[in-house]
Amino acid sequence: MAEVIWGLATSHVPSIGAAMDRGKTDDPNWKALFDGYAPARAWLAEHRPDVAIVVYNDHANGIDLDFVPTFGLGTAERYEVADEGFGRRPVPDVVGHPELSLHLVESLVDEEFDLTVFQELQVDHGFTVPLSVWTPDPGDAWPCPVVPLLVNVIQYPQPTAARCYALGQALGRAIRSFPEDLTVGVLGTGGMSHQLAGARAGFINPEFDALWMQAIETDPARLAAMSREELIRQAGSEGIELIMWLVMRGAMDEQITKVHSDYFVPASNTAAGIALFENRAPRPA
Amino acid sequence: MTQAPATRAPVRERGTTAMGTTAGPGRRDLPGTPVFDGDSSRRGLRMNRLFMSLRHAEARERFAADEAAYCREFGLSAEQERAVLDRDWQAMIDLGGSIFYVYKLAMIDGLSMQYLGGVFTGMGEEDFLAAMRAGGRRDG
Ligand SMILES: [Fe+2]
Repeated sequence: MAEVIWGLATSHVPSIGAAMDRGKTDDPNWKALFDGYAPARAWLAEHRPDVAIVVYNDHANGIDLDFVPTFGLGTAERYEVADEGFGRRPVPDVVGHPELSLHLVESLVDEEFDLTVFQELQVDHGFTVPLSVWTPDPGDAWPCPVVPLLVNVIQYPQPTAARCYALGQALGRAIRSFPEDLTVGVLGTGGMSHQLAGARAGFINPEFDALWMQAIETDPARLAAMSREELIRQAGSEGIELIMWLVMRGAMDEQITKVHSDYFVPASNTAAGIALFENRAPRPA
Repeated sequence: MTQAPATRAPVRERGTTAMGTTAGPGRRDLPGTPVFDGDSSRRGLRMNRLFMSLRHAEARERFAADEAAYCREFGLSAEQERAVLDRDWQAMIDLGGSIFYVYKLAMIDGLSMQYLGGVFTGMGEEDFLAAMRAGGRRDG
């Protein structure tokens, strides 16, 4: 049986990847962000899973608007890193895990989550930046095979927060029913508060982000109860992508233990958050 | 949370599907917040396709050689073509552009998301960037 050993929630802003690719992580505008990643990276380096699942969305690179799947899962052996316009990021292509993918698709469809299947997919910064947050220097290969789980967060109506949380719970059951003994890390990506267009562009809501950061650990059902409109109002029109954290959270146990979290403004026009959880109940103090 | 829009230079809301301006199920009032919905995406489909094509160097070359012809090739409406040629970023959003797609065009012009933020808010890039570095913009 496979088991989730950790969950990592992180922003996937392209400029975080660009800062790393261009060696700007010590730049005064960036240093605090990357310093904030260090404890999570150190812990993750000691807890390498057999496979990871990245919950993310594409941004006009791997898929277009001809088809807008609400949820999708990659089943490929490899995922090429997309060239988003000016050369691909200098990071390795992604090795997939088709056996786990196909098992997840079947289990999730049996649970009535009718996912779109991607037999081929180029992955963009939404996917590779979280991998870089986890593993800054992957060398020739990422630490383990990775499976992409796509969520439509850019075209309204996005799936509800409740549906994302329920999908995560079904994903957790699907992982546990995989016959092989595998350890799994789950990454929920995107956020935190931000809005890119409109007169409210540049909107950041640190109070809401703090609430989200706390509740994702201890009271995810409260977040899952939020409507789309409420999320857009509180987190901004692009901050709604925080719903992808709920997929990760749903795949974990009810009680989890925080390893590390940090919060930084601004990464581009975004409040960047990171939260790493081990999938076990907190030890009594 | 208060929902008062940040008051800035007037920003056109023509044709936007900002919530509260369009009838529909569950729509609420979200001032200053264009919501990229199914109607926007339907109107913007061809223009967004054009933006996405600009990932490829060969497409960028053809676009640069004759922008209007490239727009016609993708079947943009006259209004959309005008918005693209004039780099009227707000109009591109109003006419169905998704910010993630519109950004592809900004990138080939060497413009940043902070530049676009300066346009959408009427603040200009420098003030917008300063506001972000100071912790971002707030409602009210
Ligand atoms: Fe995103």
